[in-house]
Amino acid sequence: MPEVLDNVKIGPLNWKMRVRVPKLVAKAKAGQFVIIRVNEEGERVPMSIAGLDKENGILTIIYQVVGKTSALMSTVEAGAQVLDCVGPLGLPTHVENWGTAIVVGGGIGIAPIYPIAQAWKKAGNKLYAIIGARSKNALFYENEHAAVADKLVVCTDDGSYGRHGFVTDPLKEILDSGEKIGMIMAIGPVPMMKFLSKLTKPYQAPTWVSLNPLMVDGTGMCGGCRVAVGDTTKFACVDGPDFDGHKVDFDLLIKRLSAYKLQESESFHKFVESSGCKLHESIREIAKAG
Amino acid sequence: MATDKLQKKDRMKIPRCVMPEQDPQERIRNFSEVPIGLPEELAVQEASRCLECPKAPCVAGCPVEVDIPGFITLIMEGDYAAAARKIKETNALPAICGRVCPQEEQCEQVCILSKKFTPVAVGYLERFVADYERENNLVQMPKLAPSTGFNVAVVGSGPAGLTVAGDLTLLGHKVTIFEALHKPGGVLVYGIPEFRLPKKIVQSECDYLAAMGVEFTTSTVIGKSDTIDELFEMGYDTVFIGTGAGLPNFMGIPGENLIGIYSSNEYLTRSNLMRAFDFPTYDTPIIRGKNVAVLGGGNTAMDSVRTALRLGADNAYIVYRRSEAEMPARAEEIHHAQQEGVQFHMLTNPIRFIGDDDGKVAAMECIRMELGEPDDSGRRRPVPIKDSNFTLDVDLVVVAIGNSSNPLIPQTTPGLETNRWGNIVVNEETMQTSRQGVYAGGDIVTGGATVILAAGAGKKAARAMHQFLMAKKEMATAED
Repeated sequence: MPEVLDNVKIGPLNWKMRVRVPKLVAKAKAGQFVIIRVNEEGERVPMSIAGLDKENGILTIIYQVVGKTSALMSTVEAGAQVLDCVGPLGLPTHVENWGTAIVVGGGIGIAPIYPIAQAWKKAGNKLYAIIGARSKNALFYENEHAAVADKLVVCTDDGSYGRHGFVTDPLKEILDSGEKIGMIMAIGPVPMMKFLSKLTKPYQAPTWVSLNPLMVDGTGMCGGCRVAVGDTTKFACVDGPDFDGHKVDFDLLIKRLSAYKLQESESFHKFVESSGCKLHESIREIAKAG
Repeated sequence: MATDKLQKKDRMKIPRCVMPEQDPQERIRNFSEVPIGLPEELAVQEASRCLECPKAPCVAGCPVEVDIPGFITLIMEGDYAAAARKIKETNALPAICGRVCPQEEQCEQVCILSKKFTPVAVGYLERFVADYERENNLVQMPKLAPSTGFNVAVVGSGPAGLTVAGDLTLLGHKVTIFEALHKPGGVLVYGIPEFRLPKKIVQSECDYLAAMGVEFTTSTVIGKSDTIDELFEMGYDTVFIGTGAGLPNFMGIPGENLIGIYSSNEYLTRSNLMRAFDFPTYDTPIIRGKNVAVLGGGNTAMDSVRTALRLGADNAYIVYRRSEAEMPARAEEIHHAQQEGVQFHMLTNPIRFIGDDDGKVAAMECIRMELGEPDDSGRRRPVPIKDSNFTLDVDLVVVAIGNSSNPLIPQTTPGLETNRWGNIVVNEETMQTSRQGVYAGGDIVTGGATVILAAGAGKKAARAMHQFLMAKKEMATAED
């Protein structure tokens, strides 16, 4: 059973967990994901890869607490174990030297876009990075991204730090400048990826997004993660998770992500009630609000 | 408890036993096994019906040639554990096969008694002795051949892989099973519901193999974490691929991505493997439809529709484009479904799904079919009846129209030949693939089929793999 090295709160609802899984880390590449199960009754939940320490076999994931399973994950202590961590799943993000490339990370997407930024920079691209979050305390990895990108723009929705506005604002400026952009990759909440793709389409700037549908097995066996791309149906776990943002049916994905809203709410509230002081205050706050 | 042997003519007068079962209205509220199992007296009586034919046709009727008269004689002699061991000489999974094999198409179909009377209930007896052995802690470890020093990698812990693992361990080889999911058993654990095959039985069979020395490595996806070629580099001498038919088929009709439309793999995996029927004790949710349509006519469709009833459906429909006579499902399971109140829409084909404003399925438009000329499978091809469209209100649809081979291993194993459906091509006698030292069996070769056929393929493969290893040994010795 994989050992958890540490599990630290890095934002109001963001946690960073490092897990020792040497075989997985040896094979994994930027853009792939893992599926974790915390305990016997737990769900199988996909987590994007935020960091790969190849030398020590350590995987970093950064997750947001949005419900029972992520709340449960936040209670796992350093030195404890998770039941399973399977991977690497999905196809790695394509890496090429396009000349100039842009990576955009929104909210929790700032995490998985980081290893992609590293890979694209290593391939020789001139790299722009844009990261954005709701407010200052939800930002993370600014220094990491700054160390990799040629130019980093940091945004907050509420203006509490960096540039006031959405990540699409600085992106539009770069596109408007006329500079030739070889590839754009965006990871973030689905509405963000949707509007970003819409923005870049008239500029004919190739845009890839990383989709996060609900999953069960993660190996292409169940079809639960199916997404509509153009007029085909693809499985995000084996054909993706990266897809052409100009062809993805984001509205369908948003709908499918809501399939278990009622059960998720029931599960979360039960968990918060029964967990008492083991849960961080901020988690109990969102349970109350939700 | 010994039985006095009856005269043949008296034995033939005994009617075939009736398996005690949970009452239909009762059982649709639980996930416990439907057939409860023969009580000892009834099992002994049933065993006494066997005529102990010298050239028993039932043995040839069994895909793995279990010595059926042999184990039945042991029941009559009162040694049920020995009867279980007798079966295990050829079939490592009697508790499973006794429950899920289509005996009516295999051993029981050719039983001498089936001609004028009713066949011996071989399946019920197999289950009886396997359960007896397990429940009374009489399971013995078999004697293993001396260690050969060879290492075997088995990819997939379904019936094919488990059989290969057991057979090769008996022959002295060290076997490691790699399983992608977090629990072993493959389709036995994710596909077949609790009420037909309790998971503790699957675990018990896996525990038996582990006790024999088989190593299980779960949550490992060969093709993603290591390729087949890397397994050889790691020191495995031969590899068996038993990864199954793990690619769901969809209808390809409009609306299929609406919320509430599941492949049978997803629906059953949520319910069986992730125990969503026990939500919220178990975290994985499942949609509990009130009006559920299951598309398909095989065992998976029966499993899905009966699961839907147990999850609270008011109306559970089977929608199948051919007629009942052509349904591939076991007659016993169709019968169970009928008893439980499943409504059968035969000669009906869905043409599109209709959703509501929230993206959830609300109805299914169907067209009536009639049978025309036979197709490739030999069955009469269904053709739509013009203007016979009608709409069925549904809030959950399960697509159980079959599975294709999961492409992961073929895609990551250079030189591994597959046919146009993605099935791995093998020599039918040895189960060897186009790669030396690589063997395959089960659904990944045949497409979706049965547990016992997978086990049979595993037997053949194990035999050939053993010969391959022994030949390696000879060559190595010769070179010294």
